Amino acid sequence: MDCQRCHKRPATVHLTQVINGEKTEVHVCAYCAKEQGYMSDNQDFTLNDLLSGLFNYDKSSSYKGKQSKSHQSNKQLKCPACGLTYQEFAQVGKFGCADCYKTFDDRLNPIFRRVHSGNIKHDGKIPKREGGNLHLKKQMNEYKTQLQNLIEQEEFEEAAKIRDQIRSLDEQIHHGQGGEE
Amino acid sequence: MSLQQFINEAISPWMKEEGPDSDIVMSSRIRLARNFQNYPFPIISSEERMEEILQFFKEEYAGKSFRDYHQFEVVEMDKLQSVEKRVLVEKHLISPHLTEHSKHSASLISQNEQVSIMINEEDHIRIQLYFPGFQLDRALEQASQLDDWLEEKVDYAFDENRGYLTACPTNVGTGMRASVMMHLPALAMTQQITRMTPAINQLGLVVRGIFGEGSEALGNIFQISNQITLGKSEEDIVEDLHSIVKQLIDQERKARQALMHRSGVQLEDRVFRSYGVLKHSRIIESKEAAKCLSDLRLGIDLGFIDHIPKTILNELMVLTQPGFLQQYAKESLSPSERDVRRASLIRERLQLENKE
Repeated sequence: MDCQRCHKRPATVHLTQVINGEKTEVHVCAYCAKEQGYMSDNQDFTLNDLLSGLFNYDKSSSYKGKQSKSHQSNKQLKCPACGLTYQEFAQVGKFGCADCYKTFDDRLNPIFRRVHSGNIKHDGKIPKREGGNLHLKKQMNEYKTQLQNLIEQEEFEEAAKIRDQIRSLDEQIHHGQGGEE
Repeated sequence: MSLQQFINEAISPWMKEEGPDSDIVMSSRIRLARNFQNYPFPIISSEERMEEILQFFKEEYAGKSFRDYHQFEVVEMDKLQSVEKRVLVEKHLISPHLTEHSKHSASLISQNEQVSIMINEEDHIRIQLYFPGFQLDRALEQASQLDDWLEEKVDYAFDENRGYLTACPTNVGTGMRASVMMHLPALAMTQQITRMTPAINQLGLVVRGIFGEGSEALGNIFQISNQITLGKSEEDIVEDLHSIVKQLIDQERKARQALMHRSGVQLEDRVFRSYGVLKHSRIIESKEAAKCLSDLRLGIDLGFIDHIPKTILNELMVLTQPGFLQQYAKESLSPSERDVRRASLIRERLQLENKE
């Protein structure tokens, strides 16, 4: 496929933009993508620059009751830690500090969904110290699903073992808190 | 300095090794983005706060070693000449972003240049680890250990729901970008790669050229990497990438076989013509050099040429970049002067092989 804009080079940048619910497809070569501002000079993938467009997307209609309130407060929404406003965040497409994630939390799910194929929750590594007892909680969840499955399969002996493990893990979570510094 | 010496110093030690599937996969890389909990991200940080972070790394990690990665050297961007920075970018040890934001930024580079930990890039910390050939699993394992090593002293910005918090929403979660650099001449020649790219994109992976500007993949060298960082574990992301790369390797091998079968003489002709150009030209642009080097490398893989090491492509793609040419020439060069230098450097390099 040739580039839509210059018709000289092959189109290697394929974008689907959704603006106010209207879908447009863009097929351009990387050179034109840069020219048009879809792509930054350091050849980072196009998404970065499209982001700010995404953030502003929900300005109009698609938000209902509850959100429209938060939309109003949007203008004043400002991170107490670093001073970045939501407005600035939407323009630049970058957070100012870790606390911005909490400050703008209400608004982030739609953004993450678009950028990460519908995902909004972390499912990877947990840092050793900073993660605190998240490791244990994660283990606990795994045990609980195991237990559920075993009960459904009527494997009660195995289930009892898992139940004991859950108990001891529970103790660790409640007594071991802050033990690891 | 002799060319041999220059090359020895210019090419990262790890690049000289041959990894698994090295006929097609040149290198595997894992990059992890991390931030300090109580510091604003570099893009809005005050200079003082950034300097604090830089000082912390200088005090805690300069000269330290971790496992196979010895004697981390703190390379401060402010203290480098622009050509030196360019050379580090061409070696893929630092990002262009770091050179553009040099103030209070640095990179901790291990002696074997396999690890580079960038400080005050877009995020406070960017851990980057290379392995030769196709070794994503090993790269992930070791990068994760390096990450644990840093976490002993750094309070990471982490959230139960969002994972590792990064300046850009495209990195949040694992903060990980896994990538593989591949030489795909047969898939490029038969235009199969352009047909495969959209399908690969749909799986949340990105294919792009790594050398050169714009749409083309100079030297038929492509980089495949993950786009999604949230909602999938590091292992799953690497596994997905792994399976796609595996398929690309198979396809590339099949395409090479088919080309050999259908048009062996034409292929041989192409390889030797390119070899001739590299051996004898007096002026060569980077685009032509890349094309010829790719042909030469293919010729080595297919057994047409046997006295030149496989690493020639990797090596000369890096050495013939503008920064390196100027460092070797010890002066700044105009583009046309570079083309002359490039031709002579390649000729000299190939002569080194003929002597042996």
